[in-house]
Amino acid sequence: MLIHLAGILFDGIAYGALLFLISIGLAITLGLMNFINLAHGAFAMLGGYVAVIAMSRAGVPFFAALAIAFAAGALAGAVLERLLYRRVYRRSHLDQVLFTIGLTFMAIATASYVFGPEQQPVHLPHYLTGQLHVAGVDLGAYRLFLIAVVAVIAVAITWLVEHTRFGAQLRAAVDHRVAAEGLGVDVGRVFGVTFALGSALAALGGGLAIDVLGLDPTFPLKYMVYFLLVVAVGGARNMKGPLVAALLLGVVDVAGKYYVPQVGSFVIYVMMVALLMLFPNGLFGRRA
Amino acid sequence: MNVKSWSRGLLVAAACAIAAPASAADPIKLGLVGEFSGPFAEYGQQMLTGMKAYMKLHGDTVAGRKIEIIQKDTTGPAPDVAKRLAQELVSRDNVDFLVGFGLTPNAMAVAPVATEAKKPMVIMNAATSIITTKSPYIVRVSMTLPQVATPMAQWAAKNGIKRVYTAVSDYGPGLDAEAAFSKAFKAAGGEIVDSVHIPLKNPEFAPYIQRIKDAKPQAVFLFLPAGEQGIAFMKAFKERGLAEAGIRLIATGDITDDAVLQSMGDSVLGLVTSFHYSAAHDSPENRAFLRAYAEVSDGKLSPNFMAAAAYDGMDAIYTALKATGGSTDGDKVLAAMKGMKIESPRGVIEIDPETRDVVQTIYIREVKKVDGKLANVEFDKYPNQKDPGKM
Repeated sequence: MLIHLAGILFDGIAYGALLFLISIGLAITLGLMNFINLAHGAFAMLGGYVAVIAMSRAGVPFFAALAIAFAAGALAGAVLERLLYRRVYRRSHLDQVLFTIGLTFMAIATASYVFGPEQQPVHLPHYLTGQLHVAGVDLGAYRLFLIAVVAVIAVAITWLVEHTRFGAQLRAAVDHRVAAEGLGVDVGRVFGVTFALGSALAALGGGLAIDVLGLDPTFPLKYMVYFLLVVAVGGARNMKGPLVAALLLGVVDVAGKYYVPQVGSFVIYVMMVALLMLFPNGLFGRRA
Repeated sequence: MNVKSWSRGLLVAAACAIAAPASAADPIKLGLVGEFSGPFAEYGQQMLTGMKAYMKLHGDTVAGRKIEIIQKDTTGPAPDVAKRLAQELVSRDNVDFLVGFGLTPNAMAVAPVATEAKKPMVIMNAATSIITTKSPYIVRVSMTLPQVATPMAQWAAKNGIKRVYTAVSDYGPGLDAEAAFSKAFKAAGGEIVDSVHIPLKNPEFAPYIQRIKDAKPQAVFLFLPAGEQGIAFMKAFKERGLAEAGIRLIATGDITDDAVLQSMGDSVLGLVTSFHYSAAHDSPENRAFLRAYAEVSDGKLSPNFMAAAAYDGMDAIYTALKATGGSTDGDKVLAAMKGMKIESPRGVIEIDPETRDVVQTIYIREVKKVDGKLANVEFDKYPNQKDPGKM
């Protein structure tokens, strides 16, 4: 029984790690830039396709493919930010939602045209498949890997935002744009870089998620609920909120499906409603 | 006579001219109601390509009349859209046949239109039992889920599997498959250990698979729609070592759909499924179909059961038109289709004269590597399967 519990806890944390990975890019643009980017999933999909194509057509190894996906996401984010996104920063949230959902549909149609509507295959390196047996508990190798990636990303982003000069400029720019500009912060550049970073992380998450979530042109819509859920429950003021929210939702979801499969798919939403009622501003508070 | 009533008279005359019976030289129009965009976009593409493959092999004229396809997009499971499109096809485009229908709700919504307009309606995929009872003008050339799931249960019982855990998607077709499998398996003396319904939007299979592993059945019967769900399940099944724990996996062939099989990777190797069509089926008809399909699609699409059913649907239409001498009268066409035998790429199929549903051989297949590619290799068969949902 205890071993079951340990196994479920591990699976839940791994699932939470995955939820965090596909949401982190959105948490950055929403939490740090106060911009609602529903096209977040499109960047994740871009990362997925770049990784798949790099691996299957060019024979690039898995880790290099992830790096290329990250770079492609950053590039696409930077270009789109300069051309499109910066025009809607100061518009209402409704405008932002409409604008980015439009982008999402365009991305879906484009992916469908270029790559076709079918699922894309991904082949992991051998050492990331299968299970490890530790103290009687079966741990999936790829799941362990996802947890490790999440730990690295969470630490790196926290350090970047809270302990670097760039992070200070970003926080200043978000808190009071005019004052920050007056003090010589190049707000346009700071936002551009941050947006590119968010897009790059989305693309990385997409690349990492294909093995579990699959990849086809409807990816950005199919998983939108999940990344909105994580950011809504966690709040996006810092990295701690989405991280804790993702892990909590992951564990509860897996435990619910294991112990009470009759209502399995329901549990995660009950959890969301309960958490939102208890913490209307997100677990660790959210910028108004 | 004032101008107003004169012009009204002209309108009536014009309307009569439009509604006048088509002469023998007019083209025969097939209204294709299918899914061409959205998450089911592949359905429409498969059907259209299958139909074109047939026309490539058999020409575009029957009984002296040209065949014309008018394609309409339902955008997905959208009964109201499907019905409106069918009405437009009948009243504006004057189509002679309604064909296509990837999804059950769309077919159900169009059934009354076919009845009222007396137009033959050829179902090329939608697989819920009840559809053919919704209009006397419906003919189905695809399959039904109970028809496919029942032989799987009989095969399992015959091959030493006594205790089965069923895992199905939590929607109509999944529950149909579960009911048909359980009924046939219990009738053959087997025991259903437990069953689980998996939500349609489910990115995480670990808890379900762990639960199955802990219940220690001899086999899992699985129904999931083709695509990422199937892939994710197979990966998790493999990762958690259920095969090593002595648990076999059996399923209906939807999960190893030939169109997505290659993208599923080696995790599906050894999976045993029951289905009516495999692209690996060895017959001259199938080889001809595959060749024509590859030419029409430029090799971009892999044909699957939907393309094969669309191809057979065209065959049924061509054969019926030859029998009626080119007449598209709904009742005459239906009379010609009832009891019709078709040399299909999947083997001989028959249209049941009573239910207008398809009667066909269901094959038991195993996923193997053939020439470096994954294939559903048939190794056992259950001939003359009617739809158990209507018995």
